[in-house]
Amino acid sequence: MKRVVLASVLAVPLLAFAQPKEQFVPVNFYWVGPYAPGGSGIGGGMIDYFKMLNARDGGINGVKVTWEKCETEYRNDRGVECYERLKKKGPTGATLVHPASTGITYSLIDKGTADKIPIVSIGYGRTDASDGRVFPYVFPLMTNYWSQNTAKIKFIGQREGGMDKLKGKRIAHLYHDSAYGKETIPILDLQAKKYGFEVTHIAVPHPGNEQQSQWLQVRQFKPDWVILRGWGVMNPTALKAAAKVGFPRTKILGVWWAGAEEDVIPAGDAAKGYITAGFNLSGANHVVVNEIQKYVYAKGQGEMEDKSRVGSIYYNRGVQWAIVTTEAVRKAQERYGKGKPMTGEQVRWGLENLSIDDKRLKELGASGFMQPLKVSCLDHEGGGAVKFQQWDGKQWKVISDWISSDQSIVRPMIEASAAQYAKEKGITPRDCSKEN
Amino acid sequence: MLYREAGQFKSTYAQDQQIFPIRQDRVAVTLFLVFAFVVVPLIGDQYWLGALITPFLIFALAALGLNILTGYAGQLSLGTAAFMAVGAFMAYNFVLRMPWLGVIPSFILAGLCAAAVGIVFGLPSLRIKGFYLAVATLACQFFVLWMLQRVGWFTNYSTSGVVTAQSIVILGVPFDTPARKYLFTLTVVAVMALLAKNLMRSETGRAFMAVRDMDVAASVIGIPMMKTKLLAFAISSFYCGVAGALHAFCYLGTVEPEAYSLDLSFRILFMVIIGGVGSILGAFLGAAFITLFPIFLNLASAWLHVFGIEISHATISNLELIIFGGLIIFFLIVEPAGLARLWQIAKEKLRLWPFPH
Repeated sequence: MKRVVLASVLAVPLLAFAQPKEQFVPVNFYWVGPYAPGGSGIGGGMIDYFKMLNARDGGINGVKVTWEKCETEYRNDRGVECYERLKKKGPTGATLVHPASTGITYSLIDKGTADKIPIVSIGYGRTDASDGRVFPYVFPLMTNYWSQNTAKIKFIGQREGGMDKLKGKRIAHLYHDSAYGKETIPILDLQAKKYGFEVTHIAVPHPGNEQQSQWLQVRQFKPDWVILRGWGVMNPTALKAAAKVGFPRTKILGVWWAGAEEDVIPAGDAAKGYITAGFNLSGANHVVVNEIQKYVYAKGQGEMEDKSRVGSIYYNRGVQWAIVTTEAVRKAQERYGKGKPMTGEQVRWGLENLSIDDKRLKELGASGFMQPLKVSCLDHEGGGAVKFQQWDGKQWKVISDWISSDQSIVRPMIEASAAQYAKEKGITPRDCSKEN
Repeated sequence: MLYREAGQFKSTYAQDQQIFPIRQDRVAVTLFLVFAFVVVPLIGDQYWLGALITPFLIFALAALGLNILTGYAGQLSLGTAAFMAVGAFMAYNFVLRMPWLGVIPSFILAGLCAAAVGIVFGLPSLRIKGFYLAVATLACQFFVLWMLQRVGWFTNYSTSGVVTAQSIVILGVPFDTPARKYLFTLTVVAVMALLAKNLMRSETGRAFMAVRDMDVAASVIGIPMMKTKLLAFAISSFYCGVAGALHAFCYLGTVEPEAYSLDLSFRILFMVIIGGVGSILGAFLGAAFITLFPIFLNLASAWLHVFGIEISHATISNLELIIFGGLIIFFLIVEPAGLARLWQIAKEKLRLWPFPH
């Protein structure tokens, strides 16, 4: 008997030691198909940041970040398959999942909540999941579509010389006919009523490489502005079609999924002057990107085959997603034990209490690279500001400061929508005052 | 040697008309069902059950539905995904609006809705056939998706057009884990496959095949054209509708119109062609090939690293598509009648083995 006890006492620290100090992150993206530029760029940036962190700091407080790639083809069923494949990998399972597609995000909400794995959708996904009381495991961080939309209308107001000047203006809303594209229709309608502008919604079917009839509709409507909610090949096609019908590109305002180099370069000169929203900046001159160059690319270990894509919008977005990922783990370690791999449940706490202020951004080498982030149980969005940039034919030029969103419009809509979801699913919203 | 029917005498009509006339077949099928119902849920982990086998079964059911229409009744259709969409959305709406109904009646009603849509879009088949009919069914594909995207009632006025499927509870038992969802799917698929197998041996099935082989001759011997063709559309759409409902409730958990695009219709048609036109088993083989093979290729690509071959991930992803396409062509050249025919040839060889002469 004594021997058994002794053996088990000895075995416990041995077991603890045997558990490798690794934090596993699934990298589910798409390297083929019409949306490959987005998937490969973001995935590459994310992995490169992890590599840099492992090489420079030895991981997060000594816990190495590990990952595995999985091809989703931007399809829901493959996305679910990837999630299921990778959720148990690593010593503590998947840290969190970036579904990298609004459709896949929807499919994973229930599964992630059941498996206690946070679903992090930065700049996409289900908007009303910003209400953390109903969606404890879903984090549409930085800015959701509705917030972005209010910032866009604010920006148009600025350009027109004041919000009151919006009255009587006409805005055409050209959207990708998918869950992603349709997400902002209600808020645009609401804002149209509030500010007195007229809006028309024009759908472009997936993948969007044929838009002649849609731009004919745009021309008939004679809009002052066009809001482009495109994705992938739809964007350059829209810009070329706009050039054909003679609509000024300086009056086209794109969503951030329509605002990367890959969206404008194929359109050539037709893209000059086109404006888009963004929640991260482009450029390789940020400190964090320089660090990646130094620790990863200088050793020839970089993820991107085409090195010129390092510092592009999508690449930097991947770096930003990686920063949020590792910072959430770091935060979780503060509470659950430094230098230990965190489980999904612990990372959820880390995400919910995540606060990346200007000081921390500076330490990360990301000041000006992204906006500060402060998440809470009530607010799973945490940021909400948007910058606008214009394509000058060679690169993106930032033309605005961080423009904050109008939460007085967005928040009630989110809460109403989340409450309806909670009712449908029979979820009792959490009481945030009891969370710690 | 083992697979031989010598000595199995049939003394009644009932014995002569069994689904599997050979005893070894009966034993094998029973063992296989026991394996699927008992052993698989025990040994399969969440990934296998939830991400591989369940979708395989669901797509097999959809392919079975299309096979009834295309393989048995000879009516080419490109609207399979649309019928699945009708099933998925109507199941959601029945559960949402009539919760007292229960899940299984909702699924059946959803299948009947799909059947009704199938009958309407099957009407052109009375006048046109072959590729022209395929084009007419394309209209169904586009119309149904357009309607689901535009009419808010179907999505319960959800802003994004995506709705979340409700949880399945039958007689107080929640079907929430992958293993339970698998069992639910398996039961539905097994029952419906059995029904299809029997249907094809009945008068209706023979009428379908007569229409497929030569519709003029079929009408001369007294098979009513309209009834037979529309019935084929109805039954096929019913199967697809139930498959769509399972797809939404047991696999993805969300219902969005975009998931049921023309792309999916083509994939199901490929399952039928590769598996074997006019064969129940073929639907399963084809579904296994089309849904599971790309994933295995994807998993296999990870082994390349073990052998120290460094290829970029984008190249591997593209390679998978190339290999997959090449294999489809290979199989069609080797056996144009599909994988089911290969299986049949193997069985015939096995009957003679080891003394072929």
